Amino acid sequence: MNNLSLADEKTKIQVRGLDFYYGTQRSLKSVDMIIPEKRITAIIGPSGCGKSTLLRVFNRIYSMYPKQEAKGEVMLNGENILAPGYSMNRLRSNVGMVFQKPVPFPMSIYDNIAYAVRHHEKLSRREMEERVEQALRGAALWDEVKDKLKQSAQSLSGGQQQRLCIARTIALRPQVLLLDEPTSALDPISTGRIEQLITELKEQFTVIIVTHNMQQAARCSDYTAFMFMGELIEHGDTDTIFTKPSKTQTEDYITGRFG
Amino acid sequence: MSKADNENLYRSRAIKNRIAMVLSCAATAFGLLWLVWILLTTIVNGFEALNLRLFTDMTPPPGSSGGLANAFYGSILMSGIGLLIGTPIGLMAGIWLAEFARNTKLGNAVRFINDILLSAPSIVLGLFVYTAVILPLSAVTNHQVGFSAIAGALALALLVIPVVVRTTDEMLQLQPSTMREAALALGVPQWKLTLQIVLRAAKAGVVTGILLALARITGETAPLLFTAFGNQFWSSDLLKPIASVPVVIFQYAMSPFDDWHSLAWAGALIMTMFVLVLSLSSRLLLLRNRAS
Repeated sequence: MNNLSLADEKTKIQVRGLDFYYGTQRSLKSVDMIIPEKRITAIIGPSGCGKSTLLRVFNRIYSMYPKQEAKGEVMLNGENILAPGYSMNRLRSNVGMVFQKPVPFPMSIYDNIAYAVRHHEKLSRREMEERVEQALRGAALWDEVKDKLKQSAQSLSGGQQQRLCIARTIALRPQVLLLDEPTSALDPISTGRIEQLITELKEQFTVIIVTHNMQQAARCSDYTAFMFMGELIEHGDTDTIFTKPSKTQTEDYITGRFG
Repeated sequence: MSKADNENLYRSRAIKNRIAMVLSCAATAFGLLWLVWILLTTIVNGFEALNLRLFTDMTPPPGSSGGLANAFYGSILMSGIGLLIGTPIGLMAGIWLAEFARNTKLGNAVRFINDILLSAPSIVLGLFVYTAVILPLSAVTNHQVGFSAIAGALALALLVIPVVVRTTDEMLQLQPSTMREAALALGVPQWKLTLQIVLRAAKAGVVTGILLALARITGETAPLLFTAFGNQFWSSDLLKPIASVPVVIFQYAMSPFDDWHSLAWAGALIMTMFVLVLSLSSRLLLLRNRAS
């Protein structure tokens, strides 16, 4: 169908020899990986394989927990984000993340989006209004909420809340979007909308999605990485991974023999 | 086992169930009985003594009529200042415990000590303020300042702090860590996320804790005995002894005079109603927040 190949892509993130520790437990084992720019990369694998852990390294969100530690190199635009001097503000505004469960902040729909923007940029009222509208349109939520921007975000449905979380993330204009099982708490219709949204988002962003749902990975990603027991087993274009995987572990997982 | 055996088994279980049900209902009724009795006695005796002069006249000498105006003023003043001093300290300590010292040794030690303070007898706190504040103050000012409204407020503040620390800590810990992660992932620094997001999400619970602390200190007598002492006359001087409703109730109820007794009942009724309204409104606040 398509002739994608990692070798032809522009590299956005390059991971080299990445180890991750929860206390003394090593849960990523020298992972090497390339994330191509403006493509959707899906990370799949059984529970506990380290796929969420890997995602949580890309914006260093793990560092809020004192016992978690990453060693190795993660190059974003050629700079190592694990280096001690790397600015957290810069990293978090360049790499956005959407979590499994939508967590709107206890404020209005408008403020949910404007809140973090205010922290990073000084915008006039008009510019902020434009930015909020743009973000809501980008997350395919504008038409549903444009008349109730001042209402509490908690009044939205689960699927709308998740799109709001996507909106407040893209409002910061990041380069990379990390999605950690973004639809696992949603019904099929909301899931469909979010998946469609994800395919639109790759026009502007490099998207990395962790998912338990193999159909989802097959439907929306350009590249798929299969992880098992903290190791990256196989990584390639999604068609190849799902039709002619080169490793037996990948094949066993995809055909449902374990996991 | 035959069917007949099963029938017997079911019947014996039904009987046991009935017995347990009757016993627990009886225990509940026994507990409630006293509460209702106390409330009824207070209402019946207090209601007779209610009149507007309670709020305008000062506490009288025996044999003449009067009110509780100076005592109400003293209670409001000391509870207010106690709350003003205790709340910010309690809030900040609670935030520190929940957000910055969770699962640390120091945090657990502080939480444990706070729990001890929470259950410390209030008269001990009064004695503490007496020895730690009033005695040195009196020595420094050449006995000009001793028992005083501000010392009473300090003793009450010591009661507010552990209550507010505990509820703030618990309410913040209830907030999901995913909310913190979501804010940090947007680049929001921790102090901002704590004050503007987590604290806001826990607002109803935290305010409830403050209201409960207020309900507790307005009824406290023991910590005021050696600090605010009491005053038969109107005083608004923070450095002078001052009257308070619980202390007046204590003194008047112990006296042999009938008009003092009825004043004590009136004071008791008004205090009880105030505390009742406070607890009810804090309940409502929590309920409404849960519903939304």
